[in-house]
Amino acid sequence: MLSLSELAAAAVLPEERADLLYHRYDGGGAEIDGPSLLVRKNLGDSVSLGLNHYVDNVTSASIDVVVSASEYTEQREENGISLDYLRQKTTVSLGYTVSTENDFDANTLGLGISQDMFGDLTTISMSFALGNNTITRSDDPVFERESEVRSYRLGISQILTKNLVLAATYETISDEGYLNNPYRQVRYISGTGFSFEGENYPRTRTSTAIALRANYFLPQRSAIHGGVRVFDDTWDIEAVTYEVGYKMPYGDQWIFEASYRFHDQSSASFYSDLFPSSEATEFRARDKELSTFTSSTIGLGASWEFGRAWSAIERGGVSLQVDWINFDYDDFRDLTDNAPTGEESAYSFDATVTRFFTSIWF
Amino acid sequence: MRQLLLIPLLIGPVLLAGCAIEPWVKPYERANLAAPVMNFNRDPISSSYLHHVYDSREGARGAGIATGGGCGCN
Repeated sequence: MLSLSELAAAAVLPEERADLLYHRYDGGGAEIDGPSLLVRKNLGDSVSLGLNHYVDNVTSASIDVVVSASEYTEQREENGISLDYLRQKTTVSLGYTVSTENDFDANTLGLGISQDMFGDLTTISMSFALGNNTITRSDDPVFERESEVRSYRLGISQILTKNLVLAATYETISDEGYLNNPYRQVRYISGTGFSFEGENYPRTRTSTAIALRANYFLPQRSAIHGGVRVFDDTWDIEAVTYEVGYKMPYGDQWIFEASYRFHDQSSASFYSDLFPSSEATEFRARDKELSTFTSSTIGLGASWEFGRAWSAIERGGVSLQVDWINFDYDDFRDLTDNAPTGEESAYSFDATVTRFFTSIWF
Repeated sequence: MRQLLLIPLLIGPVLLAGCAIEPWVKPYERANLAAPVMNFNRDPISSSYLHHVYDSREGARGAGIATGGGCGCN
C-alpha cells in the first residue's frame, strides 16, 4: 500500500534502504516479540524490489486463555515480496505475502496503481488485495476450514499549501468463510453459575473505513499530524479512531516524536459477555475485540541518524519507539474476579509496545 | 453497460481540465513537504508493525497503512 508520504511526493520509487527491527508487545498476559527485516533495492531506473521477513514469538496467558485453556507458545512467520514499477507519473505495485503458524496459514496477493496529476499536487491510488486463509486446530488434526478476504482501496492525497498535505482513504474489506477463532468460547448461564461452548460467527462480513489525515509543517522544522477514521461493518460494529502527533528535529541528527491515539467502538450484534442459555442465538461471540471498548495510546520516540560512514552506504540510523496502550472494556467481564455470575468487574489492561530498529540507506 | 460508457465522458473533461491547472505550489516551494518530519510513514517497517498490533486487537480495520496476513488473534 502507498502511504501518505509516498503519495505526497512526486512519483518516485521507494527509498533504497534496509531495516532490522526488534518488536515486543507485553500486555494482558501475552508476550510477543521477534525480529523483522525489510530490504528495498532498485533494479534499474524503474523497478523497486522489496523483501520482508517477520517473526512473532508468542507466549500467551491472556484472559481468554486462563479462563478456558492453558498457557501456550507458538511462532508466526511472514515473508513478503513486492515490486514497484514506475513509468512517468504512474506507479504499478505488485505484492505477495505468505504467513504461517501452527494453526493458521495466510496467502495475500496485492495489486495497486497510483497516478500523479495536476502538477504533482494530487495523487490518486487504487489497490486490490486477495487473501486466502487456512484455519486448523493444534489439538485436532482433522479440523480444517477456509476463509477468503478481498480488500478494495481508493486513496487521494492533495498538497494544499507549501506546508500542508491532506489525504483521504476509503477501504472496503469483505470476508467469506470460516471467520471464528476455533478455540474461543462464549459463556452462558448454567444453573447458578456459567458454562462455555464454542463461538459461531456469520460466514460473511463486509466493512467500510474512511480515513482523513493531515500533515502540517511548523516553524523550527517540526511538524504536527492528525487524522480520523470512521468505520462500520455488517456485524454492526461502529468505530471511530483519532490520532495526533508531533515530530521535532534536534540538531541535524535527532528527531523526537510524541503521539496520542484514541479508539472507540461498539460491539458486534451477536456479541455477549454472558448468554442466557446454551445456543441462545444462532450467531454468538465473546471475543473482546468485538465488544464495546475504548483504547488509548501514548507514544514516544527518538531517532538518531549518522552520516556516511562507509562508501557502501549513504547514511544510517537507530530508532527507539515505545507506546503504552490502555484497553478499557465496557461489556467484557473479568472472570478471574471471584464475583457472582454476571457481576464480575469490567476487564481492562495495559500493554507496552516497543520497537527498536536500525536502518541504512544505500 | 451504457452507464459505464458515460464514466469516461464524465471524468474525461475533469482530467483534461486538470492538465491545464497551474500548480499553485511550485516544485521549488516543496522543500518543507519533503522534510523527514513531514513523512507519515517515515519508517515503513515500524509503522506496519504498530498497525498490525491494532488490527489484531480492535474490531475496526482498513484505511490504515499496514498490510499483511496472519491470524494475529493472540
